[in-house]
Amino acid sequence: MKVRLEFRGGAELLVNGVTQHTLDLDDNNNKWTVARLLTWIRDNLIQERPELFLQGESVRPGILVLINDTDWELLGELDYQLVENDNVLFISTLHGG
Amino acid sequence: MPIQCSTGCHKNAVLKRPKTGDALCKDCFFWVFEEEVHHTITAAKLFTPDDYVAIAASGGKDSTVLAYIMKLLNDRYNYGLKLVLLSVDEGITGYRDDSLETVKRNEQQYSIPLKIVSYDELYGWTMDRIVEQIGLKNNCTFCGVFRRQALDRGATLLKVDKIVTGHNADDIAETVIMNILRGDIARLQRCTAIVTASEGTIPRSKPFKYTYEKEIVMYAYFKKLDYFSTECIYSPNAYRGYARAFLKDLEKIRSTSIIDVIHSGECFSVRDGVKLPTQGICEQCGHVSSQPVCKACVLLEGLNKGKPRLGLGKTSKIREHLKRNDENLEGVVASDADTHKINIPKTINIKQLDF
Repeated sequence: MKVRLEFRGGAELLVNGVTQHTLDLDDNNNKWTVARLLTWIRDNLIQERPELFLQGESVRPGILVLINDTDWELLGELDYQLVENDNVLFISTLHGG
Repeated sequence: MPIQCSTGCHKNAVLKRPKTGDALCKDCFFWVFEEEVHHTITAAKLFTPDDYVAIAASGGKDSTVLAYIMKLLNDRYNYGLKLVLLSVDEGITGYRDDSLETVKRNEQQYSIPLKIVSYDELYGWTMDRIVEQIGLKNNCTFCGVFRRQALDRGATLLKVDKIVTGHNADDIAETVIMNILRGDIARLQRCTAIVTASEGTIPRSKPFKYTYEKEIVMYAYFKKLDYFSTECIYSPNAYRGYARAFLKDLEKIRSTSIIDVIHSGECFSVRDGVKLPTQGICEQCGHVSSQPVCKACVLLEGLNKGKPRLGLGKTSKIREHLKRNDENLEGVVASDADTHKINIPKTINIKQLDF
């Protein structure tokens, strides 16, 4: 299953400054929820200081998540089930303005 | 199933508003966001027709959205304002020089003229050189103190009537918490004011006082506004960061917390008879100061005399010692600073990373 990830607003600094990532997730056995995706990102993409991205099971407060340009708060947050070609965007609000 | 817009416009919602919990579509969100800022501006009577207004622009999200909104509302509601972008160049290679490129693009995108004032021309020191002298521990004190005055000086040069800054609701709530933690009652009283003005200074206002950071970022994203978002290379762990993390945790539990904290800050009153520092004028440079000589002049004197730690302790103590014994100053100030384990920059009330 193809999923696109995007990091902006300073969140890209957590993943080596790379804003766009295309993933090919193996979905034979288990469904991919956002919760599972976050753990995957922590284990596979985050270079250092994972606490700047995750706090407990969710993203650190202050990082906004949009799935296909819609606020994840309208989509069930961690429980949202990813489908083919979903675009998941993380925007940090914690950087200077 | 997509959720529909709370306004009943039959379009799909794209975000949940933190302030109200409403689900809004893109168009209704834009409208509500713009109208709320317009309401803030008119309710507080921030401007009068023909005002010449400087927008403090750092190239970051808040000031970029502010510049866009000021232009939009000025056109939509005929405020009759003449606008100018005012940027401060602190002289931080790899941070400010990049963000100034963003401001230069904003100048073109919004057709608002731009004026840049630099620490180098105002004080003879860039932040890069100050950090060489002082190291990474107290540098934010210098930057914050100098920036506040730099904006005033830039505004004076331009002869503007007013300054607007991009401080949002989250910033103000953070400042309330910081001032409570520091026990700084004088600033606690001032920091929630939508307009700050004292004798002889150009009034500053905050049109985003009631605007949540989340909405500013969402607005910038959906409008595809061009902003710069790298952390200042010299302040990865400034004191404000703790207040910010705490507030974000509170917001997660209850999203109205931010407005609630601002409201609490507004409601604090000081008992009669408590003596508060009065604001006067610096005898050296003429800027507003609660001391005979302002913090910027003390810091600058330290830098120029090769004693950069001057001014990092208590200002009044330093002035005393300065009068009594100029020669022993270094030792006195160092021991004074050492007794403060956590060196909290008392003078910084405004945001450290941006303005």
